[in-house]
Amino acid sequence: MTPTEANAPVLKLQDIHKMFSGITAIENFSLEVHPGEIVALVGDNGAGKSTLIKIISGVHSPTSGTISIEGETVTMSNATMARSHGIEVVYQDLALADQQSVYMNMFLGREPVNGFGLLDRRRMIAETDKLVKELDVRIPSAHATIRDLSGGQRQGVAIARATHWASKLILLDEPTAALGVAETAKVEEIVLSLKRRNIGVLIISHSLDQVFRLSDRICVLRRGKQIGVRETAKTDKNEIIAMITGLQQQ
Amino acid sequence: MSSANTSAVGQGLANRFNLQQYVVYLGFLAIFLFFAVVLKDSGFLTVRNLSNIVLQTAPATIMAIGLVFVMSAGEIDLSIGSTVAVAALAAAVTLGQYGLVAGVLAGLGAGLLIGLINGALVAYVKLPSFLVTLATLGLFAGVSRSMTDLRSIPVTDSVFTGFFGSGVFLGIPSLIWWTAIAVAIGHIIYRETRFGAHVLATGDNARAASVSGISVPRIRLAVMAISGTLAGLAGLLYAGRLQAAKYTLGETDLMTVIAAVIVGGTLLNGGRGSIIGALVGSLMMGMLNNGLILMGLSVSDQMIVRGLIILAAVAVSLREKSR
Ligand SMILES: Nc1ncnc2c1ncn2[C@@H]1O[C@H](COP(=O)(O)OP(=O)(O)OP(=O)(O)O)[C@@H](O)[C@H]1O
Ligand SMILES: [Mg+2]
Repeated sequence: MTPTEANAPVLKLQDIHKMFSGITAIENFSLEVHPGEIVALVGDNGAGKSTLIKIISGVHSPTSGTISIEGETVTMSNATMARSHGIEVVYQDLALADQQSVYMNMFLGREPVNGFGLLDRRRMIAETDKLVKELDVRIPSAHATIRDLSGGQRQGVAIARATHWASKLILLDEPTAALGVAETAKVEEIVLSLKRRNIGVLIISHSLDQVFRLSDRICVLRRGKQIGVRETAKTDKNEIIAMITGLQQQ
Repeated sequence: MSSANTSAVGQGLANRFNLQQYVVYLGFLAIFLFFAVVLKDSGFLTVRNLSNIVLQTAPATIMAIGLVFVMSAGEIDLSIGSTVAVAALAAAVTLGQYGLVAGVLAGLGAGLLIGLINGALVAYVKLPSFLVTLATLGLFAGVSRSMTDLRSIPVTDSVFTGFFGSGVFLGIPSLIWWTAIAVAIGHIIYRETRFGAHVLATGDNARAASVSGISVPRIRLAVMAISGTLAGLAGLLYAGRLQAAKYTLGETDLMTVIAAVIVGGTLLNGGRGSIIGALVGSLMMGMLNNGLILMGLSVSDQMIVRGLIILAAVAVSLREKSR
């Protein structure tokens, strides 16, 4: 479908298993995401979608199974490793430091310093301003404190941060959950621009309309089990809903 | 909660200031003016009295700097109250036997060691810092009492007492040098380095810090170590100024230091704070002590007034946090 599909997958999950103190959260999960491909991950509440994202980003380690980035098997023991592999995440809870400024959040853990080892605030502010303008995230200023922003503005900051740093893969956990109609459209435009940058996208969404608008493939999870993967162009909402709910066998 | 406060959005500048950040300066000014008027004939405004206030608050200010780091990371260190005495006694005993350098290293080393013990328990055993340092506060109070059987150890080394106590350099008392240098270095590390930013992020949202690649346990260990070492330095300053070390040193400082830090704009739950604010808060506490004594208040009345002021400070702090 896309010319890049022949390339090695940027992300390959094989037989991922995850137990939380004896309870299976994910079982037998396998999936590939190719550069420039948008894969949607759908399923009801508690299906294991966020858990899967956290396994890929290194917050949780899988009980068994392998993760490969560009054909190379990796063990992610913490979030730093995922980031060094060019993977960025917008978590469901956004992972923002509420009392800090927008620009400090934008550079959290990667703050640039000057020749004296002191924070290069001017650069952080300038780059934040530029990014915010590019992505059309409407925030009062790079100096604004996160807790003074609206839910949509916070989400905008988290998305801007991830798109700024991602080089291979971006994981989005319900990125438009708090957004209005216009803001949702804007985020969808950003997601498509990532695709044009040849970045792989794994997006969780409860909006099937959005999933069908954006994705190349749809992966369905139900109670930790992978029900199936469909090419978006070759399926319809009824089939996906049946897979999500399990009310009707395909 | 916060999204309801839409008026703050759109005023980029207004967001950066809030009542709690400058209430300490207003409070300092108000108390200063109050005493200046009320005590104008009791010697409050003399250079001698004012400089005495700064000298007396030096150890508390140094401890407050450490506590700003600790509280900004979302932790607390109650053990500073007994670390001071252990460090002063360690320095005094070692000084008498092995000389100046060994004495200084013993004092700072004792503080660092206590900080590392607290820090390891908080960061790696994952115990709450309140409980850990409450325990070590008691533990090291016992240690300081048993170190010299409650005896006071004289400190006679004139280089030591000059350097850490009564000395004057370039016309400025050494205790003021110590205060100024510690505040300046503390402020730069806190405000202008990646470490400072990571301390704030850890106290603000530890999970966000962690997924951003910040080693949260290392930050927690580091802030406790800083606090312990600075409490050790405070012990040296007491030993230098009083020319003796005793188990009672620093015993009553804990409440003053916590109050100074909170009044100075550092949030109890972490994520925001100020070294300069803590300095002004500490000076304000010292001025309050001094003024209340000059006014002739009894010790019990002084304690009540101080308690009320701390209560007011905490109220402002919590109100700002939940805004
Ligand atoms: N740290 C954890 N410890 C124990 N159980 C967990 C943990 N994290 C998630 N779970 C469990 O794993 C299951 C999957 O949760 P997850 O958050 O991945 O669901 P989700 O598909 O993202 O749901 P939603 O659509 O509501 O966000 C749930 O039953 C949840 O209770
Ligand atoms: Mg979820």
